[in-house]
Amino acid sequence: MKNLKKTPLHKNHVKSGAKMSAFGGWDMPIYYSSIIAEHDSCRNSAAVFDISHMGEFLYEGPLNKFEKAFTRPLKDLATGKSRYSLILNDSGGIVDDLILFKLKENKVMVVTNASTAEKDFSVLEKSSGEGILRDISGSTAKIDIQGPKSRKILSDFLNENISLKYFNFSHFNYEGKKILLSRTGYTGELGYELFLPPEYAERVWDKLNSFDEVKLAGLGARDILRLEMGYSLYGHELDEDTTPLEAKLNFAVNFKHDFTGKSALLREKKNGISKKKIAFKTKTRRSPRTGWKLSSGSKATGRVTSGSYSPSLGCGIGMGYIKKPFVLPGENIIIKDSRDRNIEAVQTELPFYRDGSLRD
Amino acid sequence: MSEILFTKSHEWIKIEGATGTFGITDYAAGQLGDVTYIELPQTDTPVSKGDFVCEIESVKAASDIFSPLSGEISKVNEDLTASPELLNSSPQDKGWIARIKIADISETGNLLTEEQYDDYKNSLT
Repeated sequence: MKNLKKTPLHKNHVKSGAKMSAFGGWDMPIYYSSIIAEHDSCRNSAAVFDISHMGEFLYEGPLNKFEKAFTRPLKDLATGKSRYSLILNDSGGIVDDLILFKLKENKVMVVTNASTAEKDFSVLEKSSGEGILRDISGSTAKIDIQGPKSRKILSDFLNENISLKYFNFSHFNYEGKKILLSRTGYTGELGYELFLPPEYAERVWDKLNSFDEVKLAGLGARDILRLEMGYSLYGHELDEDTTPLEAKLNFAVNFKHDFTGKSALLREKKNGISKKKIAFKTKTRRSPRTGWKLSSGSKATGRVTSGSYSPSLGCGIGMGYIKKPFVLPGENIIIKDSRDRNIEAVQTELPFYRDGSLRD
Repeated sequence: MSEILFTKSHEWIKIEGATGTFGITDYAAGQLGDVTYIELPQTDTPVSKGDFVCEIESVKAASDIFSPLSGEISKVNEDLTASPELLNSSPQDKGWIARIKIADISETGNLLTEEQYDDYKNSLT
């Protein structure tokens, strides 16, 4: 086995009997009992995830140059608020999608994907100018708690009434240590992300797991939850050859702001996109799978970038890209499986799942 | 008198006279994870030992199932279409996949006894 990195909770997962697998260079839990049971617990009650593999950087200094690395500004972001943003390359392709946390007027925490953390750090270093950029991933553990019961559980756990608004964060005290609690997530349910010192991860993990309403959940369930919401995953829907316009991430781009890749996007806006992100449901229980070919009508072709069986919908769901002439209204989508058999699907508006507690 | 035999591709088959009922083993079901779909084979289809019979889809993967013996598929477990999760909860009982009319009973000589299958499983880890 290659040198896979381990989170501070690795031995807890192994002890829990989790099925482990490599993800983004880390040895991560895919499930503890059953992907579907863990998914259901998140939708109906609460689920706890170890997401310590993600990258965290701290930037301190003037924001003028630094914020140009991102598709949305930082200067106007209020302290205590976070913002979803992108880093683009000069061709407008997506280097990573991430969340920026405004800690102080001139202090920002950047939270990146696990597999792209190293790449992101090099890119951001070049935009740091007179500021200081530090990689704090090694000293930051991250535990997500998501589900309609998560607020109640956290309030119990921290002995405080948690009233954070969506994309807001605050610091809380737990046994004398500071935890950054953010109301963000990747599931479509009411939920929070806890950023804390790694030496406290086990304690917090065990305590959260002691609540009856909580189930430990792995990356398998997490992938279905985010897919049901239509959230993109870097390496699947997003990569350096895909622009935010193609990925339907226009909301994450602020054209009034100056950023790397802007001129390429403006050209694309003028000339039109050559591929477009689409979402679809299969007419059976079969799952579309990453990499499978898809087509619509007689001309448009494309590929599936993510697919799975959806326990919430009872059918297969997926996302992918389709080239011109795209998909006309009413047109069916045909997916070819690995045996070249056709799976019939229908284009769907996102999100697939609409009953989440995200805004509760 | 019935006996249960196994294959190295993790199918079990219960032999009752000239009929064999087969499915996937507990071990295979555990490896697959949550089963989400199975496309049952057609009845009255002739199969040879080792032939692809059907595909089982789970959340994470798809797995091919092979016929343990040669014969003709006489019945399939329709319950699996609406409830594929039976393959997880009861793979060696309620989750049976199909029944075959055995063509050549001597082929059972190539299958594994429960003890041989247990040894085989242990060699895999």
